[in-house]
Amino acid sequence: MSGHEFQSFFPESGTVDMTDTTTNIDDTTFAELRQLASRYPEARSALLPMLHLVQSVDGRISPVGIEACAEVLGITAAQVSGVATFYTMYRRRPGGKHHIGVCTTALCAVMGGDALLEQVSEKLGIQPDETTPDGKFSLERLECNAACDFAPVMMVNWEFMDNMTPDKAQQLIDDLAADAEVKSTRGATITSWRAAERVLAGFPDGRADEGPSAGEASLLGKSIADEKGWAAPKGGKS
Amino acid sequence: MVDKLTPVLSANWGTDNSWKLATYQAAGGYQAVGKALKMTPAAVTDVVKDSGLRGRGGAGFPTGMKWSFVPKDNPNPKYLVVNADESEPGTCKDMPLLLASPHTLVEGMIIASYAINCHTAFVYIRGEVLHVHRRMQQAVAEAYEAGYLGKNILGSGYDLDIVVHAGAGAYICGEETALLDSLEGRRGQPRLRPPFPAVAGLYASPTVINNVESIASVPSILKNGAEWFGSMGTEKSKGYTLYSLSGHVARPGQFEAPLGITLRELLDLAGGVREGHELKFWTPGGSSTPILTAEHLDVPLDYEGMAGAGTMLGTKALQIFDETTSVVRTTLRWTEFYKHESCGKCTPCREGNWWMVQMLRKFEAGQAAVGDVDKLLDVASNIGGKSFCALADGAVACVTSAIRHFRSEFEDGYSTPAWELFPYGRSALFEVPETQGAHA
Repeated sequence: MSGHEFQSFFPESGTVDMTDTTTNIDDTTFAELRQLASRYPEARSALLPMLHLVQSVDGRISPVGIEACAEVLGITAAQVSGVATFYTMYRRRPGGKHHIGVCTTALCAVMGGDALLEQVSEKLGIQPDETTPDGKFSLERLECNAACDFAPVMMVNWEFMDNMTPDKAQQLIDDLAADAEVKSTRGATITSWRAAERVLAGFPDGRADEGPSAGEASLLGKSIADEKGWAAPKGGKS
Repeated sequence: MVDKLTPVLSANWGTDNSWKLATYQAAGGYQAVGKALKMTPAAVTDVVKDSGLRGRGGAGFPTGMKWSFVPKDNPNPKYLVVNADESEPGTCKDMPLLLASPHTLVEGMIIASYAINCHTAFVYIRGEVLHVHRRMQQAVAEAYEAGYLGKNILGSGYDLDIVVHAGAGAYICGEETALLDSLEGRRGQPRLRPPFPAVAGLYASPTVINNVESIASVPSILKNGAEWFGSMGTEKSKGYTLYSLSGHVARPGQFEAPLGITLRELLDLAGGVREGHELKFWTPGGSSTPILTAEHLDVPLDYEGMAGAGTMLGTKALQIFDETTSVVRTTLRWTEFYKHESCGKCTPCREGNWWMVQMLRKFEAGQAAVGDVDKLLDVASNIGGKSFCALADGAVACVTSAIRHFRSEFEDGYSTPAWELFPYGRSALFEVPETQGAHA
């Protein structure tokens, strides 16, 4: 390897799509954006949650959404865009109703994640970072999602889909396509990506009590300790 | 003699409705807050100092000492920020903790905030874990309702607000100063230190940033005493901690044990490497900690033991890879991760990881030129230690340690594709079509 074949090239770089000016942002949205800003000692701290809210309302980071955040926070649209384009969860093009992630960081990739990504991509007929023409699915190749003891891992609308196999992946996509009920292995019933973004913005959806307390792998050490009669020492006094 | 496994944080994870306030209280939850609020803040800090608790997010800095660095005479508000941006490849302990027992963190945050005289605390949770947000949001709301948060907590006169905050997809925000920039509504890029966050952190005010597990360990220490905590673990690495086993093990999962347990002992409990296979390499604490091999099976998994083996305890994320795994492929994937996650601030990291990915793709495809191993090491040496934050060092560590232990496998990349030497289907948990690497 020699010569000048190396060059900086960032295909994911780019700006928000300013040509699509459609929006659903209304007075209610503005009121909620202001409410988010009021939760912090300094309003600008709310920008990440505010952008999550913009996505839940507009299905992407929209030009109007950027202007709205800038107006509420008293900063420039360029400052908002600069933040919106830094973080991978913010979409510059409309995503699908369901956002499918397949982890292909080293461990998941080795355990079968690569094959799962290929399979899901083929089934949906799209590459990572694309959305199906009917707007039902978007696909992302994920970096580590903090569920390695459940590898290989997929995510739907940022809900865990643990211990995936090709059969389970097939069923998952079929069920979502048919609007059948799908439950996360360690989370709630799947709704939509936009509904998920609203929770991340900081507006609870009242579904915290759905799903288990923990997955089997999370409980493994504790269950072995119980079997063997092992425990931490009895507490003393401080 | 302390038992081999010592569930404390994970003791209640299997209980029905473990995430609810009533369940947590029924098991003795929030007793430590009552106790702490009757002590002076300095006395609370002393207990944590005396316990020997060290940061569980990777660096291992003594937690109580970190708290004591907050200047008392600084007129600005003090802030506590809990780092729940868990994104280091292999690391998967904080998310199950927050799913199953968010109140453990809330209780720890109240005690820590009281100790540093903070009245507004934040928990910064990575965005890509929806249900964790739900559980944490609900736990904080419950705690307000019960009078554990808000004004005049338990009649003590002490006030505290907790804000649950969502990140938006950026590994770099697990770096504490990048996290602060992100929490201020900016691009998450690290800051030059000094000044350290303890002096000028969030909004240029004194700030303590602790990992979820560190803060979650505090209630048990307050409740049972520093001596109790120190009765587990080793001389310099005290207490219990969460070890996360993943990859090619018969039964992956979370194991809470005293610091100093060995991988051999943990593997025994996990049923060993998956049937019919043997250990090839592993990470002690995520992909940023230099990899180890079977010769390190008996090294104590504590801060000193790992440092002695030329690596770090990190997040105790033990990723196990068996003999079917191509170390070149694995290293490439990790490097692609660092390239993807480099924030772009420092040229060596931004450009260097880009270069390393291109080189490693050639190694994987068997198209590297003779001598490229040394060139790769040379590129690596221009990245590590030459950037603002530890992301660059982590990126380099996985490459250099892989070459140190498996140099000949990289040299095979001068002529033979990794997928020929290690057919990728053999590493997978299920039958997969023959593939030549995702990028071929």
